[in-house]
Amino acid sequence: VTEEKKAVIKKINSAKPMRQLMADYFKELDEAATTGSGKVAWCTSVGPAELLRALGFLVYFPENHGALLGTSRMAADLIPAANAIGYSPDICSYLTSDVGSYLKNNTPLTKAFGMKSVPKADVLVYNTNQCRDVKDWFAFFAREWQVPLCGIETNRNLGELAPHVIQDLTAQHEALIPLLEQVSGVKFDIDRLKETMASSYRCTLGWKKVLRSAEHRPSPITFFDGTIHMGPAVVLRGDPRAETYYETLAAELEQRIADGVGAVDDEAYRFYWEGMPVWGKLRSHAELFAGHRTCVVASTYCNSWIFEDLGAWDDPFEAMARAYTELFIVRDEDFKEGYMRSMVEDYAINGIIYHDAKTCPNNSNNRYGMPQRLLKQLGIPYVVINGDLNDLRLYSEEQAVTQFEALVEQIQG
Amino acid sequence: MSAPDVTVRRTALFCGVDVGASATKLVLADAQGGVVSQAVLASGVDYEATARQCLNQALEQARAAESELVATLSTGYGRHNVGFADSSLTELQCHGAGCYHHFPEAITIVDIGGQDNKVIRLDGEGKRVDFKMNRKCAAGTGAFIEEIALRLDLPVEQMDGLAASTEQLVQLSSFCTVFAKTEILSHLRRGVPVAEIVRGAFRSVILRVVEMDPLDGEVVLTGGVAAHNPTLAKLLEEKLGRAVRVPPFAQFTGALGAAILSARQAAGG
Repeated sequence: VTEEKKAVIKKINSAKPMRQLMADYFKELDEAATTGSGKVAWCTSVGPAELLRALGFLVYFPENHGALLGTSRMAADLIPAANAIGYSPDICSYLTSDVGSYLKNNTPLTKAFGMKSVPKADVLVYNTNQCRDVKDWFAFFAREWQVPLCGIETNRNLGELAPHVIQDLTAQHEALIPLLEQVSGVKFDIDRLKETMASSYRCTLGWKKVLRSAEHRPSPITFFDGTIHMGPAVVLRGDPRAETYYETLAAELEQRIADGVGAVDDEAYRFYWEGMPVWGKLRSHAELFAGHRTCVVASTYCNSWIFEDLGAWDDPFEAMARAYTELFIVRDEDFKEGYMRSMVEDYAINGIIYHDAKTCPNNSNNRYGMPQRLLKQLGIPYVVINGDLNDLRLYSEEQAVTQFEALVEQIQG
Repeated sequence: MSAPDVTVRRTALFCGVDVGASATKLVLADAQGGVVSQAVLASGVDYEATARQCLNQALEQARAAESELVATLSTGYGRHNVGFADSSLTELQCHGAGCYHHFPEAITIVDIGGQDNKVIRLDGEGKRVDFKMNRKCAAGTGAFIEEIALRLDLPVEQMDGLAASTEQLVQLSSFCTVFAKTEILSHLRRGVPVAEIVRGAFRSVILRVVEMDPLDGEVVLTGGVAAHNPTLAKLLEEKLGRAVRVPPFAQFTGALGAAILSARQAAGG
C-alpha cells in the first residue's frame, strides 16, 4: 500500500516551560475566581489587555478557551447546545462551542488544569476590531452573570489609519477607565500602564523574533508549532514571564539554526497559511506537510499578535489605539494584499493555503478574489480549503488532503 | 466508441488505477500511453479488493500476467489503499496527464466526479498551472444526479436519455441537493414532465461548474459522470457558447494519466 506521507513532528524543548507557564496562569485565574482573591476580566484576544492588567485584573481570554475546545475536539459535541438556544451554526464556532461548553458545564480546562469551570468574569471587555461576534459572545456571559460589559467599537476594513480614527479609538480606551476602576477597586495609575505596555512590547519583540526565525532556510519552526507557542503572547502579554519565555524559545530556535536543524526534515517547499488553523487537525496537518518536505513557515494568524505600536507607550492610549487597529484583520483588501506580498517575499514562499473557515468570514481572506489577484501578481500557486476553526463537521479531510498534495505536486512540476 | 485493441503488441506494460468515490477504474497501457486494456467496477467498501478485481479483469483482457507490469501508480480518493501500487499521485495530476495525452495543448479540464468537481488548467507543455475543487458540497457532482434519480424513482442510467429527450427544462434554483429535491416535489405536483426536471437537474450541475472558474480557452470535459451523460457536454457547450471536447473513454482519463505517469516515473522522469 502506498503510504500517506506523514512524518514525526520534532519536539520543541521550550514546550515544557510553556506548559508550566500556562498552568500557572490558569491556576492564578482559578484561584482568583473561586476564592475572590482577585478580580477577573475577560478580554478579547486583541483587546486592551494592558489596561486591564494595569488595573490589577487577572485577564482571561475566551478565544484561548475556544482554541482548546477545538484542539480537544470537544467543539462539535458542544456547539449544538448553543444552536439550540438560538446561536446559529453559521456564526463564530468559538462563540458557539464556548457557550455550549458553559451550558453543558464541560471544559477542557478540567482535564488540562484541574479547573471545574472557566473563571467567572467580574467584567467583560471586548474590542470589535476582529468581528461583532466577540461582543455578542461576551454579551451572553454578561447577561448570564449580570456583570458589566464594555469595550471598544472599532470600524473595520480600514485603509490608512486616519487621525480621526485614532482619536476616536484613543478616547474610547480612556473612557473605559471609570467603570474598570469601579469593578477592580484600583485607582488608575498611568505609570503602571506604561510599565505594562513596555512589558507587552518586549513580549511582542520576542514573539516577532521567534516568527521571523522562520525566514531562515530550513526554518526552525512551523506554523503549527507557532499556533501552540503563541499562547503566552496572547494570554500573558504585559506579564514579564511572557518576555522571559520568548527569550528561551528564541534561543532554542537560534540553536537549531546554528546546528542546521529544520523543523521539517529535508525542507524543500515553504508555504504560507492564510486564515485560522483547523484546530482539531493541527497534528495531522503538521504531519501531512512534513511528510511532503513542506514547511508552513508563515501565517497571517500567528503574526496577528505582534503589536509594534505598543512601543510608543509614552502616549499609552494612542499607542493602544494604534496597536489594536493596525492589525491585518482590521484593514482593507489593498492593505491585506500588500501585506501578503511582502510576507511571500520575506519568507520565500512557494505556495499559499487559504483556509476558508465557514464560521469566521473575517479571518477568511479568499472571498473577495485575493488568491486570484495574488496569483497574477506573484505567480505563486495556491489552494483554498473549506473548513472551520472549530466545527469539524464543516471540514472534509479527504478533499483537503488531496488539495494539499496536489499543490505540492504542482510545485514539483 | 470501440473497445481498446487487445492485439496491440507491447514491450512494457504500465498500470494506472483510479480509486474514485463511486467507481474504480484501471488502465493497462504501453510506455507511450497506448491503452491495452481497461476495467471498471463500483468502488464499494473494500478499495483494495476492488482495485485487485479490476487488475485481474484488465490482465485477463490483455492476456498478460501480473509479472509483466513494470510499474503501477494509484490515484483517486482511495489511492493509498492499493496494495499493488508502487506510488501514488492525486487525481488532479493524473486527470491532467490523461487529458493532455489526448489533447496536447493548453487546456482547461473540467472533471465531474462522483463526489467532487475539479477544474485543472494546463499550459501548452502539459504543466499544471492552476486547479480548483468544488466546495464541500455534493451539489453539481455525480452524487447530485444520483440523488435526483432516486427522488424521481428512476434508474440513474436512464437520466441522460431523458435529459436529451427534451429542449425544455425547469430551473432548479437551490444550491443544496436536499433543497433541490424539495423543489422537484413542487414541480411534480404542478405536473411538470419528468424529462424537463431531469434536464433542469443536468443544467444545475453545469451551473455549479461554471461558478467555479471562468473556463477560458479550450475546455475538455472528463470523468465518469460526463462519460455516462453526454448531455452534460452539450449543456456546457450551450452555456459557454463554444465547443467542449470530451476524450475517448472519459471515465478512464484519470487511470490512463496514472499509467502514463507511472511510465514516466519508471523512466526516471
